Amino acid sequence: MSASEPSMTISTDNEQSKVVGVSTRLHESSDRRPKLARSSDELAAARSKISVSNLDFFYEEQQALFDVTLDVPEKCVTALIGPSGCGKSTFLRCLNRMNDMIDGTRLKGKILLDQEDIYRPRTDVVELRKRVGMVFQKSNPFPKTIFENVAYGPKVAGIRKRSVLREIVEHSLRKAALWDEVKDRLNQSALQLSGGQQQRLCIARTLATSPGVLLMDEPASALDPASTSRIEDLIFELRESYTIVIVTHNMQQAARVSDQTAFFFQGKLIEAGATNTLFTNPEKTQTEDYITGRFG
Amino acid sequence: MSEGRPDILSSNQSLLSGATTSPVRKIGEGLIQFALFLCAAVSVLTTIGIVAVLLIEALQFFRDVSPWDFIFGTKWSPLLKPQHFGILPLLCGTCLVAAGAAVVAIPIGLCTAIYLSEYAPKWVRETVKPLLEILAGIPSVVYGYLAIVFVSPIIRSMFESANVFNAASASIVVGIMILPMIVSLSEEVLRAVPRSLREASYALGATKLDVTLKVVVPAAFSGILASFLLAISRAVGETMAVTLAAGATPKLTLNPLESIQTMTAYIVQVSQGDTPAGTVEYRTIFAVGLTLFFTTMLMNILAQWVLRRTREKYE
Amino acid sequence: MSLHATKHRRWSKFLSAAFATVCLLALLSCLAALVLLLWQVLSHGIDWLSWDFIRDLPSRFPAKAGIRTALAGSLWLMGLTTIISVPIGMGAAIYLEEYAANNRMRTIVQTNIANLAGVPSIVYGILGLGLFVRFMALERSILAGALTLSLVVLPIIILASQEALRAVPPSIRHASFALGATKWQTIWHQVLPASLPGMMTGIILAMSRALGEAAPLLAIGAVAYVPFVPSSLSDEFTALPIQIFNWSARPQEDFHSVAAAGIIVLLLVLICLNAVAVFVRYRTSKQIRW
Repeated sequence: MSASEPSMTISTDNEQSKVVGVSTRLHESSDRRPKLARSSDELAAARSKISVSNLDFFYEEQQALFDVTLDVPEKCVTALIGPSGCGKSTFLRCLNRMNDMIDGTRLKGKILLDQEDIYRPRTDVVELRKRVGMVFQKSNPFPKTIFENVAYGPKVAGIRKRSVLREIVEHSLRKAALWDEVKDRLNQSALQLSGGQQQRLCIARTLATSPGVLLMDEPASALDPASTSRIEDLIFELRESYTIVIVTHNMQQAARVSDQTAFFFQGKLIEAGATNTLFTNPEKTQTEDYITGRFG
Repeated sequence: MSEGRPDILSSNQSLLSGATTSPVRKIGEGLIQFALFLCAAVSVLTTIGIVAVLLIEALQFFRDVSPWDFIFGTKWSPLLKPQHFGILPLLCGTCLVAAGAAVVAIPIGLCTAIYLSEYAPKWVRETVKPLLEILAGIPSVVYGYLAIVFVSPIIRSMFESANVFNAASASIVVGIMILPMIVSLSEEVLRAVPRSLREASYALGATKLDVTLKVVVPAAFSGILASFLLAISRAVGETMAVTLAAGATPKLTLNPLESIQTMTAYIVQVSQGDTPAGTVEYRTIFAVGLTLFFTTMLMNILAQWVLRRTREKYE
Repeated sequence: MSLHATKHRRWSKFLSAAFATVCLLALLSCLAALVLLLWQVLSHGIDWLSWDFIRDLPSRFPAKAGIRTALAGSLWLMGLTTIISVPIGMGAAIYLEEYAANNRMRTIVQTNIANLAGVPSIVYGILGLGLFVRFMALERSILAGALTLSLVVLPIIILASQEALRAVPPSIRHASFALGATKWQTIWHQVLPASLPGMMTGIILAMSRALGEAAPLLAIGAVAYVPFVPSSLSDEFTALPIQIFNWSARPQEDFHSVAAAGIIVLLLVLICLNAVAVFVRYRTSKQIRW
């Protein structure tokens, strides 16, 4: 639809393309692909979706980020790792301006999303957040039905037609691999779902606003191993259509799901690069110390 | 971006221009915020209104009556000739009732709070607190009825000199009225005392009594004091029970068996009569109201200041 | 261990138990006061309670006296007060919790509201007398009464609503903002529905207060004898607590019993209101678990 954005592949399901009512290009089903992180060459070739340069961030007088410069390639998973308090969550929340809501925060530097500075004074934050979705550490469904949860984003964007909403809800739930589990109980309270399902619902809810970017703040840290692995599979599938930035505590997880990894320490970006390279052959000793478990 | 989505969600608009609905939405959001701001402003305007109404009429009053006579005069009879405008008898009546209520409510209230916070099992606490809420929710005119029908006859049977309307019966029912306030506020501050403080004391071999009286109550003392202040301020402002039970004869006395008049009861007396507006008699209620307002205000501010300080201490 | 030490221990144990007993007695006396109050009212008033009592107009004769106009006046007042004070109170709470920057100004407004909650209701009556009855020339109308009562209950509604808003977890707001909702959309679609049950408790508390208040109404000049049911905002009115006050103040024993019957009606309405509050709280505690 939009000329500025490369078209995104949608579900492989033929039936669904009928439901959605617009032609979708078939793509090799992602679950048949071997799970492989993209190589550094592929990363270098990818267009930069988000480009952060010389970012300083302050809580009151305390500086939380120091001169961070990082490119997030399009349709790749970028993992932010580092010990707690290293600034990786703060960095993530700069990308959709969620930090605006905390009093007394200041920011210097530039963050470009599709070549547009998101911190320019006239930026429409509401529009920005529709384009940069966010999934939180603890699943936080609204105390409403499953349907209402997913339909909320489109609704606040002005979509009223029930049939359209239904399509979006189904589509988003399918993408979040939750449809089959909840299709018969869309009108039940979302709070009745299990923890893992709630988190996938939150992902579906975010997908419903058609963001280009997904920010995930330790999305699996509160989940059991089985649910965690489902979320990881999901992230890997979503990579085909979305640019994903994920904060994680868990280095194995970063290694499993990400194409690019950025290591933060004490508010500074120590090193960033293709995940394969960074984990096997880190440049900085601090990175090596961290990934080999010598601290943090 | 994604095919199969309605146009409105394809986020191809520039961030700088915003969505097409943006200007309308922004104005709407601004209007809502302004309306909400006005709502919040009503509370401030109320205070300004109270002070303004009281001051304007009271200043007129003080043109006719010297403030000196008002504050230090020992006789109050604005409705009878010769007129006297000394507020001391009304203040005295108010203090007498409030002090009496405090004598009734403070020991019982504090002991109840201690029992609830230190001794009572959970189910007792959970049963008693709603019952106390009922006690707090009963309209004050009902307490006035109780004073006249039940308390006053008992007092008269015990003390022959007691008047039908007397300060004592008003004190007792006002005491019952402010009890729930003392209990719930004191219990809250007692329970806020950290466990570690209690455990440290038990570890030294203290009995529960020692711990309660020498550790917990002193630690919560300022909060308890604040609850007393709030409750007494409530007693000072209480109207219906004292109007019904304490009488309508302003008197400079400390004898609780006599009929007296409080500031609040005087205001009711004048506004129920047909004193024409604009006369000095009519303006007395604003002068008395001003005195009442500042008395209770001072006590409330003091209490809140103390409460805030204690809360900060344990947070 | 020496004998002296044992004796001392026994003594302190006794003291401890005695103190606990004293405290328990204090608690029981609180409950006794409640029981006594209810029993007094019931035993005096129950015989006078009848349909005629509810239907009849006020009268000089206790046997003929009824509370029709008072009950109607009270319901009018309660309804009007709710309509006026609830939107303003909720609006103020939303502004303070969701919009106002956390600065000195907010602290001042917040302190002001806490102080207003402690201002004696009769002072609001004087304000109503000066502002509504005289300045706005509403006379002793039911509108003047409702406006005055609205100011009395406003701090209660604001404080309770603020508490309810604070109980909504911030994660809900964050989720909504992250989906591109505006501030008001977030409040309207997420925060308000989630906090409504808590607000209801405060609103019902405020309505109970408005129902039981007599002092501010007396101050604006409301009288007990009004022989007709109000039919418009500018009508004169009386209210249950005023009627009860008037009957209690009379010397005749019979009028005291009529007053008791009036109190029973007043308490019944209060109980109904609070039953609604309990029901709302119970239903939502089952529905929402964060």
